[in-house]
Amino acid sequence: MYAFEIERPNTIADAVKALQSDGAQALGGGQTLIPTLKARLAAPEVLVSLTGIGEMQGVCLSDDGALCVGAGTTHATVASEAAAHFPGLAELASHIGDPAVRNRGTLGGSLANNDPAACYPAAVLGTGATIITNTRQIAADDYFQGMFTTALEEGEVITEVRFPIPQKSHYMKFVQPASRFALVGVFVAQYADGVRVAVTGASEEGVFRWHDAEKALAADFSDKALDSLSVPADNMIGDLHGSPAYRAHLVKVMTGRAVKAA
Amino acid sequence: MPKDHGIGASDKRREDVRFLTGAGHYTDDIKHYGATTAVFCRSTVAHGVIKSIDTSEAEGMPGVLAIFTGADFADVGGNPAGWLINSRDGTPMKEPKRPVLAHGKVRHVGDAYAAVIAETELQARNAAEAIVAEIEELPAIVDMAAALAGDAFVHDEIETNQCFDWGWIEDNRAATDAAIKAAPHVTTLELVNNRLVPNAMEPRCSIGNYDAGNDSYVLQTTSQNPHLTRLLISAFVMGIPENKLTVIAPDVGGGFGSKIYHYGEEALVLAAARKIGRPVKWTADRTEAFLTDAHGRDHVTKIELACEKDGTFIAFRTETMANVGAYLSNFSTATPTFLHGTLMAGNYTVPNVYVNVKAVFTNTAPVDAYRGAGRPEATYSIERVIDKAARELGIDPIEIRRKNFVKPDQYPFVSAAGLEYDSGNYDALMDTLEKHIDRKGFEARRKESEAKGMLRGLGLNAYIEACGIAPSNLVGVLGSRVGLYDAATVRVNATGNLSVMVGAHSHGQGHETVFPQIVGEMLGIDPQSIDIVHGDTSKIPFGMGTYGSRSLAVCGSAMVRATEKIIAKAKKIAAHMLEASADDVDFKDGQFTVKGTDKSVSFGEVALKAYIPHNFPLEDIEPGLEETAFYDPANFTYPSGAYACEVEVDPDTGKVRVDRFVAVDDFGNIMNPMIVTGQVHGGLGQGIGQALLEGARYDDDGQLLSASYMDYTMPRADDLPFYTVDHANGTPCTHNPLGVKGCGEAGAIGSPPTIVNAVVDALQSAGKNVTHIDMPLTPLRVWDAMQNA
Ligand SMILES: Cc1cc2nc3c(=O)[nH]c(=O)nc-3n(C[C@H](O)[C@H](O)[C@H](O)COP(=O)(O)OP(=O)(O)OC[C@H]3O[C@@H](n4cnc5c(N)ncnc54)[C@H](O)[C@@H]3O)c2cc1C
Repeated sequence: MYAFEIERPNTIADAVKALQSDGAQALGGGQTLIPTLKARLAAPEVLVSLTGIGEMQGVCLSDDGALCVGAGTTHATVASEAAAHFPGLAELASHIGDPAVRNRGTLGGSLANNDPAACYPAAVLGTGATIITNTRQIAADDYFQGMFTTALEEGEVITEVRFPIPQKSHYMKFVQPASRFALVGVFVAQYADGVRVAVTGASEEGVFRWHDAEKALAADFSDKALDSLSVPADNMIGDLHGSPAYRAHLVKVMTGRAVKAA
Repeated sequence: MPKDHGIGASDKRREDVRFLTGAGHYTDDIKHYGATTAVFCRSTVAHGVIKSIDTSEAEGMPGVLAIFTGADFADVGGNPAGWLINSRDGTPMKEPKRPVLAHGKVRHVGDAYAAVIAETELQARNAAEAIVAEIEELPAIVDMAAALAGDAFVHDEIETNQCFDWGWIEDNRAATDAAIKAAPHVTTLELVNNRLVPNAMEPRCSIGNYDAGNDSYVLQTTSQNPHLTRLLISAFVMGIPENKLTVIAPDVGGGFGSKIYHYGEEALVLAAARKIGRPVKWTADRTEAFLTDAHGRDHVTKIELACEKDGTFIAFRTETMANVGAYLSNFSTATPTFLHGTLMAGNYTVPNVYVNVKAVFTNTAPVDAYRGAGRPEATYSIERVIDKAARELGIDPIEIRRKNFVKPDQYPFVSAAGLEYDSGNYDALMDTLEKHIDRKGFEARRKESEAKGMLRGLGLNAYIEACGIAPSNLVGVLGSRVGLYDAATVRVNATGNLSVMVGAHSHGQGHETVFPQIVGEMLGIDPQSIDIVHGDTSKIPFGMGTYGSRSLAVCGSAMVRATEKIIAKAKKIAAHMLEASADDVDFKDGQFTVKGTDKSVSFGEVALKAYIPHNFPLEDIEPGLEETAFYDPANFTYPSGAYACEVEVDPDTGKVRVDRFVAVDDFGNIMNPMIVTGQVHGGLGQGIGQALLEGARYDDDGQLLSASYMDYTMPRADDLPFYTVDHANGTPCTHNPLGVKGCGEAGAIGSPPTIVNAVVDALQSAGKNVTHIDMPLTPLRVWDAMQNA
């Protein structure tokens, strides 16, 4: 680590102000950022901790029936508090990392980081959720722009995410054996007006929607509906743990299993 | 009937109280007044020429006290290999110097070429970053076959990448070749024994202290082997006389082999402490542990098994390339040779065995002994090729093994690889295994798995290994540069309690519990009144370290001998006190009694007398009650076992789940069954880890791809099944006083082939023509194998 200062604002407004100073960076649960600092891969001068901001905490239902999750809410809190309304999301959160990670890591941090193997991006894209920041609302389809790349501007803070609650949903994660992030993770959500399928872990371009599967499942929400489909291996990630062909294959297997479990 | 204490009782591990309550003292916990921190500059390229190192900016940075580069150690010695191996043509192995800091060239990613000593860690890191090294990168030599064929060298001065080309037993080569040529059936298998990173929970840490008052040094360090470290630093690397150097290994958080060896960082902190006159501490971070702890295994092997059509073995022939990495670590030349080649007859009466091992330098981290050290490599090759042969010949995997086992009436049995097995009963182990595994029910379980869309496989294995290293005379002939005895001092204090100084360091093995159980039983006193002292060269007579499952068999034997001397002397004192002749005194349950009378004195009374020698026959007996023994074993010990497991393979993803695992072992006599069971569990975890999860992988540029827990898969509890472990009916070792064999590595030796045999069996059950998959059997590899079958 390099030496840095830390700010602990209590309101979003104060956080935004603190983030305007040179070399300032937001700190969520620190589960990605702190290891990065320890490896001396980043040298922010000021860390602005978002964990003390009450407005960014908690899970609730909006008037239009969406599940609103404060961006500072930990994975553990989502796992317990979303369970009654949106079990697919709670289940996803309950399998992120280990208890220590879940008790510190936050939804906002996960989405801002947009690791290509992270779990939450699949749920956000798979539900067509809305990402709310201190300045605007961003549709999930516009938010994710490739590995570690998002629509966020410099200094912009995610404050909340609104998830339309599906009739049925499930996240099926095939873990990368070492990190236990998603080697391939598929979020399937069925709504009255259609089905969404979002895939994380697999693509060089980060989380993506599998449109062919969405169409097939809209017509017939069963794993059989996927039989004739296949996923091209181009643009799939190849590494120690999975070749592009293997990941492409797993996308289909995990989608089928998610549908069955939904 | 299990006993409540003494030999054979499952006494709870007394050391766990301090480990589990945070009261342990690991090296990094030690704080010295005025301590400073060392940080190393490490190569980011695998191979390169050091053109220049500019330390000028770093020198002026805040807190910087000293900077060292390779040039500062150009005149001191290198860290040597402990065994001299001769090649088949009689020439000695190549031994390029392993310097304290890289000089001239860097030879693997992580090779240290400079070190900064500063007031704080942050200052040291900042300064280390400001050191500018100009390193001209050379092509990395990573693949062993390419290293042997190429004309670029890791060490230019030896003009080859081959350390040695060893044959065992060279005189058997022609006969083995002829037997294989004439055999009715030959099964051939090419396999890789995957490279592993030891991953001790505690990273390495060393503190150097220099006392200018009497020109002496203290090194506190994470070591399994403090006396050897002292010897190497004294005699080879720095020339500090042994009487001026104390090496202390306090609590050590796991070693698995990686902390047997002396490393350059230990020499550096001593040199630095002398230079600045203050204590210097270095603690590895996890990345340094991945990059610079000696790795394990890494063999590329071709094995052939020749047999009769009925499965009778005729010959094993093995060709292995063994990676030694960029430098020779202390045991690196013994591990692929005498700890591997000599075991290549397995548990079998096979008449012909020949092994050829070429050790190869590459631009990778040094490779050395890791839990099992050579014997896992031997067992894996033998037991995989037997499984393949059984399948080819249509013979049941248990039957083919039984057909070739050494039989109980054949001991002592000299194997075709030259070792004399003293005891064992492999058929009895297999009988016990068969009792545990419900083989009859297997088909029904397979059907149940298939109904869930899963494939089930059964894997079997038999192993033998060699522990209790080792008779010094024998290993001397084989090339060892040290003796492999061990030592113990039993000190009876005046008030009757004991301090027992032992050469074997304990870092998870439970010596602090088991050794008192033994001495307590011998003396008829409460083990709680006995403490073990270890890990400090200033307190202990000598020691050759903890590895190769040798602590109890060798150091424990020394302790028994020293305790016998105590009893002999105490008897004389008691005889004097009882006014009898020593021959008439019996010792039982802590009481000395004159035969045929009710006159007796207790052990405690005798101890007190020894230290308050009023009315004492000083002309015949010295005061005091303390004895030392060195024990040099007559032979290796030969633990053996029969293992089985069942796995479920998900054919859609390639994921393997170990459903059950049975380990039946012969460890000879058992001193503490609970601790032995724990050792087996740990070994199984590491063996299953090797088989399914772990693998150190370098890319063509010599970058370690699996250099963190994001990419290196450690076994977790939910990767492992509940084990059935049975070691109740061992055959005692015939040549050491306790009849013990050693249990620390067996699990890691016996489990990898068991798992791979099971996965192959599962895939075969689905009609897939898969005969082998290289470890680790990750989902990707299993799925790939199924696609290509
Ligand atoms: C051992 C381990 C296992 C893990 N396993 C998984 C897994 O299985 N699946 C998974 O999805 N993730 C996993 N993670 C990652 C974990 O979920 C992290 O919590 C998450 O990626 C980052 O969240 P954080 O709150 O810790 O963010 P931080 O690490 O604090 O920050 C990450 C980045 O986001 C920025 N940031 C933080 N909050 C905001 C905000 N509200 N607005 C704008 N920018 C912000 C920071 O500036 C930084 O750039 C794992 C992490 C660890 C250490």
